[in-house]
Amino acid sequence: MLHLPIYLDNNSTTPMDPRVLEAMTPYFLNHFGNSASRNHPFGWAAEEAVDYAREQVAKLIGADPKEIIFTSGATEADNLGVKGVYEMYASKGNHIITATTEHKAVIDTCKHIEKLGGEVTYLQVEPDGLIDLVALEAAIKPNTILISIMYANNEIGTVMPMKEISAIARKHGVLVFTDGTQAVGKIPVDVNKDGIDLMAFTAHKMYGPKGVGALYVRRKNPRVKVTAQMDGGGHERGMRSGTLNVPGIVGFGKACELCMLEMESDAARTSKLRDKLQAALLQIEESYVNGSTEHRLPHVANISFKHVEGEGLLMGFNKNIALSSGSACTSASLEPSYVLKALGLGDDLAHSSLRFGLSRFTTEEEIDYTIKSITDTVLKLREMSPLWEMYKEGIDLDSIEWAAH
Amino acid sequence: MAYSEKVIDHYQNPKNVGTLDKSSKNVGTGLVGAPECGDVMRLQIEVNHETGMITDAKFKTFGCGSAIASSSLATEWLKGKSVDEALSIDNMTIVEELNLPPVKIHCSVLAEDAIKAAINDYREKNGMEKIKFEESVIH
Repeated sequence: MLHLPIYLDNNSTTPMDPRVLEAMTPYFLNHFGNSASRNHPFGWAAEEAVDYAREQVAKLIGADPKEIIFTSGATEADNLGVKGVYEMYASKGNHIITATTEHKAVIDTCKHIEKLGGEVTYLQVEPDGLIDLVALEAAIKPNTILISIMYANNEIGTVMPMKEISAIARKHGVLVFTDGTQAVGKIPVDVNKDGIDLMAFTAHKMYGPKGVGALYVRRKNPRVKVTAQMDGGGHERGMRSGTLNVPGIVGFGKACELCMLEMESDAARTSKLRDKLQAALLQIEESYVNGSTEHRLPHVANISFKHVEGEGLLMGFNKNIALSSGSACTSASLEPSYVLKALGLGDDLAHSSLRFGLSRFTTEEEIDYTIKSITDTVLKLREMSPLWEMYKEGIDLDSIEWAAH
Repeated sequence: MAYSEKVIDHYQNPKNVGTLDKSSKNVGTGLVGAPECGDVMRLQIEVNHETGMITDAKFKTFGCGSAIASSSLATEWLKGKSVDEALSIDNMTIVEELNLPPVKIHCSVLAEDAIKAAINDYREKNGMEKIKFEESVIH
């Protein structure tokens, strides 16, 4: 049975797995204690639950539980990781290398650091969204302290070569931070095999609750430290003060455990559905996949439909299908996605893109419905598009002097 | 963002989508906007030389639902008006009719610009001087 609306915006957030909710419920009601209360059973129960969740989370990424710092989410973990290293290693240097396609939580954190007097290199990416390793190595300077490259991109799903990146960093004695938000729980991530020193990730992108995330901080080879960005009771070994979100953390742990068990089968199933969706949509004339199709998350596809505007396209079916577009028509800036632009896409293609993010719960019926719905809408809007008509008449759209506004 | 009923109706059942013969002397064509901004509108009017009345209007628009609705509405309003009357169509009346939110006002401005551009194209083709319009403020 097909239930509408269909949710295909899982890079934005995932629904919670009912098994996660089930694990969390007792910690709202019976076991409501503060995990920092050391002197009574309420505190003990909460602490035990947090310890168990910490193990579940650590296990998913091949870390030691002591290396997990719980935060309010990935944005906070990005801030703590990047700013925390910048402050802690100030005597070593002040240069950070990142990329133009990073999430705003990293880009804007780096901009903040620049205001504080830090130096940041924003690497361009290749047309497929991948980092150029030669350019990365060339950007390292004596004062470089950190390389911050996301594991997988939120808009196009491109998976970065973390092992190669960390090998270069190691060689030059530079730390590696990665925003693992989209990758953890979806593809195998192992902080030791991948050579990651710090990593941000969050529960709500992997069927867990919103409002809880983590920063992985390596404890040996090398031992990494971050300066706390939140002062207070000294929770999380002094790196992140604030009463722990016990039910959230329990849910995060359960979500990690489920991903550990089901990641492989989830990925096999979603990639099959994603491939079906992509192949069908590429049957539409002048449609293109954005970003690498080889190094890509199994459940993600970003596709542009030339000469049709993304928001107008969404309107054709957004009552029934939840999706995102790279068109920023809704924003005041009118600027399309900076990630797509960083790939070298023209504004026209960037405005014409849709981002598909499948999940554990996506069904084949939903994909079939989506294929039909989007195909119909694209064809209908092209009939209304002056650009499509000009393209069909063989007019070079670049030769027209548009009244820029 | 929720769209108004009227925007949805124009989007789903756009009025006057199509193309008039742009080489014809009694057709005026206005092409405004730019692909990189995410909006391109082409609005055409067919004018009866004798009466100065707009006998037909067509549009094609690349853009969001509000841009499509603004141009669809504009073509409806243009039909049956004289060219002089058409000049009085103001973007704010489009905003009011369609209940456009502030971030979509530029769509109505674009429609107004398209009307003016179509009229000027018609005037130029028929040996009349182009009307100089003040630059639109919001784009």
